[in-house]
Order: sequence, then structure tokens, then C-alpha cells
Amino acid sequence: MGDRALDVASIRKDFPILEREIRGKPLVYLDTAASAQKPRAVLEAIQNFYQNSYANIHRGVYQLSAGATELYEGGRDDVQRFIGAKDRREIVFVRNATEAINLVAHTWAEKNLESGDEILITALEHHANIVPWQMLGERRGTKLRVAPIDANGDVVMESFEALLGERTKLLALTHVSNAIGTINPLKKMIELAQARGITVLVDGAQAVPHTRVDVAALGCDFYVFSGHKLYGPSGIGVLYGRLAMLEAMPPFMGGGDMIETVSFEQTRYAGVPQRFEAGTPDIAGVVGLSAAIRYVEGIGIEAIEAWEQTLLAHANRVLGAIPGLRMIGNARHKAGLVSFVLDGIHAHDVGTALDQAGIAVRVGHHCAQPLMEIFGVPATVRASFSLYNTPAEIDALAAALGETREIFG
Amino acid sequence: MDELRELYQATILDHNRKPRNFRVIEEANHHADGHNPICGDKLVVFLNLTEGRVTDVAFQGTGCAISVASASLMTDFARGKTLPEIEAEFERFHQMVTSSPNSQIDTSALGKLAVFAGVREFPMRVKCATLAWHTLRAALDADGSVAHTE
Repeated sequence: MGDRALDVASIRKDFPILEREIRGKPLVYLDTAASAQKPRAVLEAIQNFYQNSYANIHRGVYQLSAGATELYEGGRDDVQRFIGAKDRREIVFVRNATEAINLVAHTWAEKNLESGDEILITALEHHANIVPWQMLGERRGTKLRVAPIDANGDVVMESFEALLGERTKLLALTHVSNAIGTINPLKKMIELAQARGITVLVDGAQAVPHTRVDVAALGCDFYVFSGHKLYGPSGIGVLYGRLAMLEAMPPFMGGGDMIETVSFEQTRYAGVPQRFEAGTPDIAGVVGLSAAIRYVEGIGIEAIEAWEQTLLAHANRVLGAIPGLRMIGNARHKAGLVSFVLDGIHAHDVGTALDQAGIAVRVGHHCAQPLMEIFGVPATVRASFSLYNTPAEIDALAAALGETREIFG
Repeated sequence: MDELRELYQATILDHNRKPRNFRVIEEANHHADGHNPICGDKLVVFLNLTEGRVTDVAFQGTGCAISVASASLMTDFARGKTLPEIEAEFERFHQMVTSSPNSQIDTSALGKLAVFAGVREFPMRVKCATLAWHTLRAALDADGSVAHTE
């Protein structure tokens, strides 16, 4: 599938929102790293589910409930296949990647870490992979260590390896940086950690929509991602956990669906993954995520990745020609996004100017304030690319940036 | 990009490029930090208050053109004013930038600060325009406090 070219014109027709105009201009959506737009297949799957197949799951003996349960559990199979998990029970549905990380912090980490134990993260992390570990530290006295990056935005491997110490119990790292696009050499980093018996959690929010992820081949213990960045609905996310890890973990939230038997004296918890899915879950969210995965599989993740790399190369070329534009992050391997600043013009002003041209980009610190501090900028402009973007849209971005410079020049 | 030029009036661009009163007042008897966590804008307002009147006021920090120009024009305005005068001006300013884009507004009482009228077309930018004011009020209220736009 990797060499199949993408038919972008026809893909764009799958996304109704791309027909919209913003301030009288065609929408140029370059903020997929924040959240992806939704193809008709996802919209229709959700609509159809609510209209024709809706009922609560895991309860009713009636046909409608059995059908809804089948769709929900079928979604688990889709996720398992898509990320290469060995067992369907390794897939836990949560709200988003953030909740998945917090789940691990409140269950596995609470049970296994003690005061003085260390958690190693990288300087590339999103707040979602920083704050839960700081909060754990406040509860349990664990310490947070940070592997530094170099001027290009690559993790300094010597320092990383040196920081994997005797007290390191968890390596929690991003697969792809949301702020500057660095793709971490994940396989190598996981091997180094596991050779020392360190548990590994990977934040894959920015990776799953853009590259082939095979959790079994990676060998990590946990891998988390959000559905909404994968063209699915917001409010549904995934925690992958190796079966043995999940089975040894205490429950996260208590309630219905996560129990085997309940009396007022004692409760026996359900097995995995139900133990971690208390209460009625986002059933329609799973149906939508399932449709999104099938949509991506129909196009081919390798073809999507190749197209996004083409867009990245084009962006580097045309944006690189703009005087006073400084790229933030030039990692060896980068996902399809660019983060940059314009000399003397604040990112927030650039964002407002681009909005006038119908161009949606993210401006700010990208929930990665420590990373912004390393590069000495309060904020950057981030344009992120996806299967529905075109080189012409990047040209439109470059033209609007030129106009912006004139106004503020 | 007409609306954009409406927002970024020449006066705003000028005050962004060359902010007035952009300095530290070493002996300030009041100061406060302002922070807009959404965009990372940070500023410090310093002032000397003598017998209920602002005798000197200045600021430092980084931010977008709207927030820097707002701080610059605000400090120009506040020098020599009494607390009730500052509070009344803040009310007028706040009302202007948060009013509905289609409503009638009278900016005549605002003088130079009327250049921020275009902000009301950009709800996402209201906090940029008001950060300096919140910080000034925090400095007057309690020393050493932090003003937040959130």
C-alpha cells in the first residue's frame, strides 16, 4: 500500500467541512495536530448508530442492546488490529490520551512506585505527560527526571541513557512531539529502558494518525492515543496496556460495568478491560472511532504518511524562503508539521492575520511550555498537515505570511 | 484583510514597535505580574502611588501587538490619574472591547484608547487588550500579586 499515491481531490470530498468558507475565503485547515476534521464515513456511522442501533451495552437481553454491544466490542477489535495489539483485552476505552495517562498514574503507578522512585520523561512532552506525574509525585514522593533535547529538537541520547538509573521505574515519553514534530527513535529508547527493567508508557496522540504503530513490535507496556486526532469523534481515546500489566492493576474508577459481584460488604472486580471501563462508556464514540479506523485503513496509513512527508518538504521549501521566518525544531525525523516564529511579530498576531485569510493554524505554547522555554520563545505558529491538505494550501499560508509581514513590518 | 487593518490601527502598531513607559521602576511602591496562560503573554506593571494619585507608571514584558500596545497606551493614560479616574476609564475600555460588534458605542470619552475598538470584532483577543489593565488594577489592589486573564 505504501507506494499508492493519494487521490487528495477525492479525499477532500469525504470531508464536508472543507466546503466551508471562513471570512469569505475557502477554509484552509492546518490544525490537524490539535484535532482532525471528520470524514462523512464517521459522521454517518454515528448518525446511523443513534438513529437505528442505539441501546446501552453489556446489559439488555434484547436484540438492540446485543447489537450495540457487538458494535462497541467490534470497535475494540478494530483498535487492536490497527495498532497491532496481541489481545483484544489489551484495549481500554477512555476519553482521550490524557485520561489514559492519568489512569496509569492512578493505578499502575500508585501500586508500584514509592517515594524516591524516578519517572523519566523527555523535554518534548505535552503537559498531559508532565502534570499527571507531578501530581503523582505530590501524592507518593516520586521524582520526575527530564531527558534533554539538542538545538534541533532531538533527544540527546547519551543523556537519555545516563538518566535511566537505578531508581527509574517508568519511562513516559511521546512518540511524536506535538509542538515541533520530532519523531523519537522509539524502538531504541524502549529497548534501552526495558534492558534495565523499566516500564514504558508511550504518548502516541500525534503518531497514530500519521504512521504505522505496532505496539507488539515496539514492546512498550502502555501506549495511549486520542480518537479525535485520528478523524474520529472527540471524547473517545485508547489505553493500550500489555495484558499482564493490565491484569495486575487495580481498578481506576468504581461503578457499574467494572465489577463481577457486588455486595454491601465486598466487591469483586471484573477482569480486563472492563475493570477500567466503569459506567456507560461513549458507545457512539467507539462506533465513530471504529469508522475512522476503517476509513484510514481504506486509504492506507503508509500512503497518508508519504503524502504528509511530501507536504512537509513543500512547507520547508516555501516557508524557508520567507525572510525573518525561523523554524523551531529541525529534528532528523519529523512528522508533518512545522512550528515557526516570524521575527518581531508575535505568534498570536500572526494567528489572527492568518484567520483573516481563512487559514486555521495553532498559535501559542502548544501545551508544551517547558519546551517553548528551551527554544526561548513564548509561543510559535504551528501548521500541521494531514491527508486532506494540499501544496496549494501551503502556498496560501506562505502568501498570507508575506502579507502579515507587510502589515507588521 | 480590511478587518485586520481595522484591528491593527497605525497607533497600535506604533506602540507595539516602540512601547512607551517600557522600563522598570526600581523604587516602585506598587507592582504586579500579569499572565495570560492561553498565549503566554507576561507583563509586569510598576507604579508609584502618592496620596491617591499615580505619579509614575511603567511596564515590562512580552506579548502580542495588542497586549503590548494596550500596556503602552494604558501607562500613558494612567500617569497623573487618581484611582477613581483609572477605575472609570477601565470600565469604559472594558465595555468597548467586550461590546457586541453590531452595537452602537461611544468612544469619545476614551481618547487615544479608542483605537482598540476593533478588538470587539475579535473575541479571542479581548484578553490581550485587557491584560495590562487587570495587572494595573492588581498592582493597585495588593502589592506583589499576579493578575490572570483566566
